[in-house]
Amino acid sequence: MSRARPATDRIDRLGALLVAIGALAVALLPPLVFKANRIMPGEPRQLLDLLPAWGSVTLGLTLLCAALAALLVRDARVRLIAALAAIAVLALSLGYAADVLTPPGNRVLRVAPGSGFWILIVSLGLLATDALTRLRPGPAWRVLILAAFLTVVILALGSGRFDDLSIMREYAVNADRFAQEARRHLLLALGTLIAAVIVALPLGVLCHRLPRLRAGVLGVLNLVQTVPSIALFGILMAPLAALALAFPALAALGVSGIGAAPAAIALFLYSLLPIVANTVVGLGRVSPAAVDAARGMGLTGAQVLREVELPLAMPAILTGIRIVLVQNIGMVTIAALIGGGGFGAFVFQGIGQTAIDLVLLGAIPTIVLAFSAAVVLDALTDLTRRVPQ
Amino acid sequence: MIQIEQLCKQYGAARVVDDVSMVIEPRTITTIVGTSGSGKSTLLRMINRLIEPSSGRVLIDGNDTTAEPAHLLRRRIGYAIQGLGLFPHRTIAENIATVPRLLGWPQARIDERVDELLRLFQLEPSAYSAKYPHELSGGQQQRVGVARALAAKPNVLLMDEPFGALDPIIRAKAQEDLLGVQRKLGTTIILVTHDIDEAFRLGHRVAVMSQGRLLQHDRPEALITRPADPFVSQLIGADDKALKLLSLIAAGSVAESGRVDGPSVPATASLRDVLSELVWRGAAQANVLADDGSVAGHVPLASILARGRAQA
Repeated sequence: MSRARPATDRIDRLGALLVAIGALAVALLPPLVFKANRIMPGEPRQLLDLLPAWGSVTLGLTLLCAALAALLVRDARVRLIAALAAIAVLALSLGYAADVLTPPGNRVLRVAPGSGFWILIVSLGLLATDALTRLRPGPAWRVLILAAFLTVVILALGSGRFDDLSIMREYAVNADRFAQEARRHLLLALGTLIAAVIVALPLGVLCHRLPRLRAGVLGVLNLVQTVPSIALFGILMAPLAALALAFPALAALGVSGIGAAPAAIALFLYSLLPIVANTVVGLGRVSPAAVDAARGMGLTGAQVLREVELPLAMPAILTGIRIVLVQNIGMVTIAALIGGGGFGAFVFQGIGQTAIDLVLLGAIPTIVLAFSAAVVLDALTDLTRRVPQ
Repeated sequence: MIQIEQLCKQYGAARVVDDVSMVIEPRTITTIVGTSGSGKSTLLRMINRLIEPSSGRVLIDGNDTTAEPAHLLRRRIGYAIQGLGLFPHRTIAENIATVPRLLGWPQARIDERVDELLRLFQLEPSAYSAKYPHELSGGQQQRVGVARALAAKPNVLLMDEPFGALDPIIRAKAQEDLLGVQRKLGTTIILVTHDIDEAFRLGHRVAVMSQGRLLQHDRPEALITRPADPFVSQLIGADDKALKLLSLIAAGSVAESGRVDGPSVPATASLRDVLSELVWRGAAQANVLADDGSVAGHVPLASILARGRAQA
């Protein structure tokens, strides 16, 4: 280890790429955009012009440290700390600059993060996640780290330091609706998932037991999966509208051609294939000897399923559920197009008003939600994988 | 006692098991030997109704096996198979506890039984009970598989190629262990194998099957000296019939009284081993040693040769 390696070997490849991207972003792209109001085109502003001298020095130094750590340090803990410190200082600088640019009491002008900021923070985020991956935290640790990260972000956003940023301005205007759409989003994504699990799990077990059923069921579900979501919403509109018209009782329950009903049905249909297919694959991989021994020792059919087959297939089934949950969280956004609600409502409203900040108010929470769901379900999958593959 | 009466299994036009009748004495080992596709596994699996017979019946201690639900019947019969089928997501202790748990034994009794079985199979409970199957060697897993089958103290144990996956040395040890355990517990064992040597080594009685039919069910010596069917002679082999016969006889059982000049052999050694020893040493007789090492008698070469001779 003490032997000197050639210089090119000492430089971390991923680190070099991220530093190059970050440096280009800092040099060429604006970190801040200043707009007279929410739909006016913005003019670029430099962050360093707006910070006090000590602030500029702190920001410059932490970014330099992060770059050096990315390039030269192999210890993942150091890389992680350097990246997180840079993210924190960069975010605080942004909040501070927005405050400086905004005259007190002015609710019209907008200060938004520019492309330079976004690219830099994504590079730093990649550096941090890469460092975390190298540390190989166990399933429980990953969920804890996620919870800590979300807590810090929520506390920071609630502290008021970022209130003058454009996205937070949009949030302040829409705070009531935000909570409502968030609930709607989660309800649609989780509700359809739960409904799909209730139907798909037994269907998967049946398909495993009856090979003749398998080809037919998987074929139909595959076909459903190939229909684009917008087209499926459209296909469902006509029959649902007719149903609501024919049975006013259904209409009173909320069934109509547009809104949450077609969205929920479409999401439910899309959710079936990943869970059924993964259940079939998971059960198919269970050792036939274990099943034979279980039956031979006197377990009933239900006991074999509950105590041997399902536990051994659980990692595969959870992988299917993870696919569905992440897919649902993303697809609920599109459901807003037909009045299904959720964060997508902000996205489409923002597109309609050419208000990019409103689009981000819908898009960023969706991404965070999908990412969090993936982390939590991956951890769960690992916890059930007690048997080495 | 297990009575198998005119048992048949038919799949479409194919008769996998064809009119098999046999009586299995309690506290014995019966080996069922045959080529693959001979119906031997199907016959075994019809005893605990993993496969339901097309016709015929099985009586265990006089009771028809169809008198109770199949899963309750199976809990009273031990079952061990090739590849073991240990549950990979359960610890060794949990694996062994499977049937006692199904039977609703109190936890304290289950724990006690698991420890007792692990010790019986030379696995220290403190070291092994919390381990998972993949952490054990093939031979250890095999012992756990048999221990699990014996957990609820079944009177009958069915084994389907239980040593099939083991290498020869571990396999010989596993066979030795099984004989020891059977002597100790007196379990009635029915063991399916395709290996004629294994069938002879373990079986008090050997059943030979071919194409679904039971060709002969008798003591091993009888199969060698009086084969009922050309297939039986073929399976046993023409070359070393005398040696096979000698390998079935323990030196202790034929020892004559008196001490002689010559090599010493343990009483448990087969006459085949004694013959080999005499040829190797150029001796004409061997002393037979009892378990405590004292001389129990002797075996002359001529007596060995007489016992290997074809009987008219």
